[in-house]
Amino acid sequence: MMSHEQVQVLPPALSMRSVQKDAAPSPKMLVRNMNFYYGSFRALADINLEFPENQITAIIGPSGCGKSTLLRTLDRMNDLVPHARVEGEILLDGENIYAPNMDVVSVRRRVGMVFQRPNPFPKSIYDNVIYGPRLLGIRDKKVLDEIVEKSLRGSALWDEVKDKLHESGLALSGGQQQRLCIARMIAVEPEVVLMDEPCSALDPVATIKIEDLMRDLRNNYTIIIVTHNMQQAARVSDYTAMMMMRPDRAGEMIEFNKTRQIFTNPQDKRTEDYVTGRFG
Amino acid sequence: MSVIAEIKRQKRNSPWSELVRRIEHGDVIFRTLTVVAGLLVVLVTAATGFELWQNSALARAKFGLDFLTGTNWDPVIEDFGALPFLYGTIQTSIFALLIAVPIGLGIAIFLSELAPAWLRQPLGFLVELLAAVPSVIFGLWGLYVFVPSVVKPFAQFLNDNLGFLPIFQGPVFGPSRLAATLILSIMVLPTLVAISRDVFLAIPNAQREGALGLGATQWEMITQNLIPYGLSGILGAIILALGRAMGETIAVTMVIGNNLDLSASLLHPGYTMASIIANEFTEATTDLYREALIEIGLVLFALTLLVNIIARLLVWRVARRIPTEARA
Repeated sequence: MMSHEQVQVLPPALSMRSVQKDAAPSPKMLVRNMNFYYGSFRALADINLEFPENQITAIIGPSGCGKSTLLRTLDRMNDLVPHARVEGEILLDGENIYAPNMDVVSVRRRVGMVFQRPNPFPKSIYDNVIYGPRLLGIRDKKVLDEIVEKSLRGSALWDEVKDKLHESGLALSGGQQQRLCIARMIAVEPEVVLMDEPCSALDPVATIKIEDLMRDLRNNYTIIIVTHNMQQAARVSDYTAMMMMRPDRAGEMIEFNKTRQIFTNPQDKRTEDYVTGRFG
Repeated sequence: MSVIAEIKRQKRNSPWSELVRRIEHGDVIFRTLTVVAGLLVVLVTAATGFELWQNSALARAKFGLDFLTGTNWDPVIEDFGALPFLYGTIQTSIFALLIAVPIGLGIAIFLSELAPAWLRQPLGFLVELLAAVPSVIFGLWGLYVFVPSVVKPFAQFLNDNLGFLPIFQGPVFGPSRLAATLILSIMVLPTLVAISRDVFLAIPNAQREGALGLGATQWEMITQNLIPYGLSGILGAIILALGRAMGETIAVTMVIGNNLDLSASLLHPGYTMASIIANEFTEATTDLYREALIEIGLVLFALTLLVNIIARLLVWRVARRIPTEARA
């Protein structure tokens, strides 16, 4: 009986991959039959997807297909948008983050987000990093100092800023600002890291640094990245999810697989056209 | 040759091209207009100060700096001092702001962050409508409704329970500095709300999302991100409100009781610089009397100027400490 139920709830993506007998790490997050609406407009249709633990999953697809919207449902950032509504389930370690009794603040502590444009607070570098820990009630200067060093080392920014921790975070270059935002996020030790085109506002050198950083972070975090840049998806991700916009303008998931598979042997013709640059 | 290319060629080759270009583009006219408008502001301010200074020469010569500390105002023996009015103006406007700033910020935050979308427009409109009510209406309403039915019982309550504090000492009067303070706090509310709401609305959403994404509650986001981010704008709003409170004349004159009282108590009647001018300028029959009133105006003018300069410095320091423009 139980196994029957399990088979029923398996998302297409999962069943597709299990056919290929590619043993994947257990999913950290699971999206099940999710529909997303802005008022009466359906922006995402029947999304089923899993995000394997300690892996980097890239979400790719043409503009307007709902990649960012999907990403923002994963830490309930869309709660801010008036008239936004989610149907279906999004599970984090098996718990539905949209369950009525789920505390949105605790979800966001477990699922961190790095935004498209670096958005440091107009505070010092130090104060940016300890923002989250302070909210958790940590006041001890020594502990905070340690968190700052550890987080900035974790985001590969420490050496560049260790002598100016009390200068404004806004005085940094764009790439440094983005790494500051990553440090700020890993200071609260989330389990899942969402990145919404984290390099789109950065130059190539800064982009490489962020990508290297993602590979380092992968050991401790489950990373989900939205990117327009297919080379980036191919370079950094372990899994890739391909999205498209349906004729009714709702975004749908058309293929999910190991990144190598998606880029070398896509199952769907549209994926092939997209990754080979025939459109998009 | 295309039409466009032909026009361009003609324009380029015209002997008057430089002049025509400048006039056609409106550069010269526009620049002249804005420069004149800018200079006009400086000129009007300077002229006002100069006139006040010039026309108070008699009083300044007779009383000197003692005018500022003099506690008597007696037209019969022509002894004039500004202290009761200076004191009344400062006390009422500061207490008015102490009341209005938290409430105004609360309303602004509610309007920009918390209110459901359908409520924001109408509520904001109502608050702004408050600014359009003429101050004489506030004065009348204050005198006949607000003072007897709210201020007096409230003053009695304060005196009964907190009478040991100098600012709440009796006896209790209806028209009082408390009445003026409360009326002023209502009158400066729209300024505070409208400006600080716009300040909050101008804060990029990325700041909100950044804070919430790190597990901040809405309260933490507002107090630790939005208010510091908008601080210089909020300070600007407070300064404008303070300017309005210090200069407000007719409504204050109608409810403050017009008395040369110098006690600490808010419950006593008082006087402000604006009200003494409004009350007595028609009766000022002698030159010295008239010029003493003008000197009161000069003091008020200097005080507002001083407050504005201090405020500018404050805003400038805050703005320098927290750069709000990202360099990315």
